Amino acid sequence: MYEQIAANKRKTILLVLGALVLLGAVGYVLGLLWATGPAGLVIALGIAAVLSFTSYRYGDRVVLASARAKAVTQEEEPRLHNVVEGLAIAAGVPKPAVYVIPEQAPNAFATGRNPEHSSIAVTRGLLDSMNRVELEGVVGHEMAHVVDRDILLGTIVATLVGAIVLLSEFFLRTWWWGGIGGRRGDDRNGGPAGAILMIVGFALVILAPLFGQLIKLAVSRNREFLADAQGALLTRYPPGLLAALHKIAASPTAMHAANNATAHLWLSQPSRFQGEKVGTIERLFNTHPPLADRIARLEEM
Amino acid sequence: MSAVLAVWILVGVAVVVLLALVLTYNRLVALRNRVDNGWSQIDVQLRRRYDLIPNLVETVEGYARHERGVFEQVTTARARAIDATGVEGQAQAENAVSRNIRQLLAVAENYPDLKANENFLALQEELTGTESKIAYARQFYNDQVMRLNTLIGSFPSNLVARSFRFTPRPFFDIEEPARVPVQVDLDTDR
Repeated sequence: MYEQIAANKRKTILLVLGALVLLGAVGYVLGLLWATGPAGLVIALGIAAVLSFTSYRYGDRVVLASARAKAVTQEEEPRLHNVVEGLAIAAGVPKPAVYVIPEQAPNAFATGRNPEHSSIAVTRGLLDSMNRVELEGVVGHEMAHVVDRDILLGTIVATLVGAIVLLSEFFLRTWWWGGIGGRRGDDRNGGPAGAILMIVGFALVILAPLFGQLIKLAVSRNREFLADAQGALLTRYPPGLLAALHKIAASPTAMHAANNATAHLWLSQPSRFQGEKVGTIERLFNTHPPLADRIARLEEM
Repeated sequence: MSAVLAVWILVGVAVVVLLALVLTYNRLVALRNRVDNGWSQIDVQLRRRYDLIPNLVETVEGYARHERGVFEQVTTARARAIDATGVEGQAQAENAVSRNIRQLLAVAENYPDLKANENFLALQEELTGTESKIAYARQFYNDQVMRLNTLIGSFPSNLVARSFRFTPRPFFDIEEPARVPVQVDLDTDR
C-alpha cells in the first residue's frame, strides 16, 4: 500500500513535468514561427504551470462538474452518507464529501488530491439498484482509491488530458473559422498565422490519442484489481462488491457523462453505448480490466 | 591509527543504535495515538447510539404500548452501557444494548403501521448506519491494537517499549452485526 502511494506520487510528478515539457515545446515552436523569441516559451510554460497547479488544487471540482455531480446532505441521502462515513472510519481517513450524479447507469468514482480533500460520487442509478451491502462494496472500492492516492493521479490525468483536448479543439476551430469559414474577409486564404494554427492544431489532435496511451500506462489497469481487493478487505465482505459488479455487468444503461478524459476514474468503464458494446474509440482508451475478470478474482477471495 | 578507527566504529555503531531507538520510539507513539484515536471513534458512535435509543423507544411506544418489558430492558441496558468502564466492560454492556435493540426491532415488525412510519424508517436507517460504523470503528481500533501489541511484544522493539512503559492494549470484542438484517416475515396473506 505504501509502495502504491509512493508510486502514485512519483507518477503524478512525472506527468506534470511531461505536460510542462510538451506545452513548453509547443510554445517554443510558436515563438519561433511568430518570431517573438523566447516569449512563446515563457508564456507556454506559464500556462502549463497554471494548468498543473489548477488541476492539483481544483481538479476534483472540474471532474465533479464535468460529471454534473451534485453535493448531497446527510438528510437527503442518509444511507449513502452513513456508508461513506463507516468506510472512512474503517480506513482511518476523514470522511470524503458525498456527491450524486443524475445518471441511470450504476457507476461511481472518487476524486481529490489527498484523503483530507477527497470526494466520492455515485450515480442515482447505483443508489436505486444496490442494497446496503452492495453499496458498501462499491464505496469500499472507492475508499481504497482515496487511501492509495489513486485519486490524485487520476484527477490530474483527467484535467490535463481534458485541457489538451480543449486546446486542440480551440486551435482547430480557430483555424477553421479564421481560415476557411472566412469570418474575416481579408484573411480568406489562411495566411501564415492560419497555417501555423493548423499545424499546431493537427499536432495536438495527433497528440491527444498519445495522451490516451499515456493514461493507459500511468493509470495501470492493475490498480482496479488492487482497489477491488483492498475495498473487500475494508468491508471484510467480498460478496458485497461481487454482487455489485454482477449487477453493473447486467445493467444495459448507457452513460451520458462518459468521456475519454475521465473514463479511468470510474468504478466500471463508462460507455456511451447501450449494453455490453464498447465503441471502437473507447476501446483505444480501455482503462479498466473486463468486469468478468474482476468478478473472477473477487470470487477467489 | 587503529585506535582512531576503533573510535570511529564505536561512534558509528552508537549513531545507528540511537537512530533505531528514535525510530522505534516514534513508531510506538504513532501507533499509541492511532489506538487512542480508534477508541474515540468507537466512543463517538456508541454515544450516537445512546442518543438514538430514547427516540426509538418513544416512536415504537406510540404503536405498541403494551410491550413495556422490551422498552424497559433496552432503557436499562443503555443506562448500564453509559456507566460501563474499561474496554471489556464496555464491550459486554454494548452487546446487551445490541441484543435489546434487535429485540425491539423484532417487536416493531409486528406493527405494519409502525413499519410504514417515516420517522421510524429514518430512525432505523440511522440505527443501521450507526451499528455498521461501530463495527468499522471496532475493526480499525482492533487493527491498530494488534499492530501496537505486536511491536511491543517483538524483539528488539520490546526493549524500547519496556523502558518507556508502553503497555499492550485490550481488543474491543463485540458481536458482529448481521450483514443482512434478519427479516421476520409475519405477513400471513402471502
